Amino acid sequence: MNYISVFDVIGPNMIGPSSSHTAGAVNIALMAYRLFQKPIAKAVFTLYGSFAQTGRGHGTDKALLGGIQGFATDDVRIRDSYALADAAGLSYRFIWDETTKTNHPNTVDIYLESPSGETQTIRGESVGGGKIRIVLINGIEVVFTGLYSTLIIKQADRPGVVAHVTQVLSRHGVNIAFMRLYRDYKGGTGYLIVESDENIPDYFLEEIRTNPLVHEIMLIQI
Amino acid sequence: MDFTSGKELLELCRENRFPISRAMLLREMDLGNCGEQTVREKLGRSLEIMEASVHEPLGKPRRSLSGLIGGEAWKLYSARQTPPLCGELLTHAIAYAMAVLEVNAAMGLIVAAPTAGSSGVLPGALFSLKEHCGWSETKVMDGLLNAGAVGYLLMRNASVSGAEAGCQAEVGAASAMTASAIVELMDGTPEMCFQAASLALSNLLGLVCDPIAGLVEVPCQSRNAIGVSNAFTCAQLALCGITHPVPFDEMAEAMYRVGRSLPYELRESAKGGNAGTPTGCRCARGSCGAG
Repeated sequence: MNYISVFDVIGPNMIGPSSSHTAGAVNIALMAYRLFQKPIAKAVFTLYGSFAQTGRGHGTDKALLGGIQGFATDDVRIRDSYALADAAGLSYRFIWDETTKTNHPNTVDIYLESPSGETQTIRGESVGGGKIRIVLINGIEVVFTGLYSTLIIKQADRPGVVAHVTQVLSRHGVNIAFMRLYRDYKGGTGYLIVESDENIPDYFLEEIRTNPLVHEIMLIQI
Repeated sequence: MDFTSGKELLELCRENRFPISRAMLLREMDLGNCGEQTVREKLGRSLEIMEASVHEPLGKPRRSLSGLIGGEAWKLYSARQTPPLCGELLTHAIAYAMAVLEVNAAMGLIVAAPTAGSSGVLPGALFSLKEHCGWSETKVMDGLLNAGAVGYLLMRNASVSGAEAGCQAEVGAASAMTASAIVELMDGTPEMCFQAASLALSNLLGLVCDPIAGLVEVPCQSRNAIGVSNAFTCAQLALCGITHPVPFDEMAEAMYRVGRSLPYELRESAKGGNAGTPTGCRCARGSCGAG
């Protein structure tokens, strides 16, 4: 989506009251949910800046809890997300951190834990009009927005992984819009993020997985 | 097909002898790589949500999360037994615009147009007119497309964010979009649409964003009432051939410049204006509302 659509102006369709503090919060949490790809037993949300200061009045907590239950910005169940989380046996906690400084005023960290103990932490920023940016995955700095089909590959920081992935994508005729590589330290863990204007078909993910240096693949379709 | 300014859009409309809504529809189909049916289905969904949000609080008023607002639309609507001071149509429009903000503040479903804080202006005008004039859904969709074109230009060349450029960029933009849409639906020319939009921007130039307690409630709700009233007034002026000497593109830039020169306190920070008064500060500490 590289143009302003009529539905960016007349939209988003959203549960109020605020596109940044409610719809944006839903979108960050929904992204966390889709990235995790596992059932969620426990969630911890740490809200910073303006999210922490005015989040209660904007229903930011309900929005976040709704997002990790898979609700989109226009889902009326967001209003009842506490009751629905309780009914589903989901344990959750909110930390309202008004003192820690972050790069963006509307920032949240979302920690998710599966019943078998797998975890994921992401940091998201709500940048206005319901649009978001994910800036940290498990402590590694990344940047992606979810406005494009996004392939996120967790990998060992060794030579050859990027070449392997681009070969697979090129064989299947996927046109890459943006591609970026992030890592914690040399030889450590890296994230390769590939964004495309088109839908990335998921049937070739297995092919990418054949490289032993690839640890995990996440695919967010637009 | 694309256009990036009011001037380009007007030229397109002149060359092809079509209204602004048609230009926006063709642009959407072209850039979104989709057919008219797809766009109309999505517009239909927008209208469905808008229609529910203008009507719902009239039968079922609900308090906002903070308790600052709730029930205003019903008060306006039910006081209509005596001849309404603003006339039936405008009273309807105001009640509807305020209704949407009530739904929004109570975590209901709305369509941001262009933002949540200004979401009442466009549906307030469209549905009061639809009911008053007996318009079809397709006709009202053209209103959405026309408003969408003006809003897109403001989003692209100025700002529709209160944090960036004040309320003039939210309710001001919504009012300009709505004024233009009304003119097209009342059979005015594309030139008249932009006259109306320029007048609407000019009238609300400098309006600050000062939400009490940082919430999208007060003064946002009544600002939507003024936004829709201003849209009707400016549409009426333009339809009568009254013009504004400054063209739309220059007005958009003026609005943006004024917005950028507003101090931080008056750009959604909840520190100045209504929010900065002793009472506003007391509300922020949770000791007003519901009363």
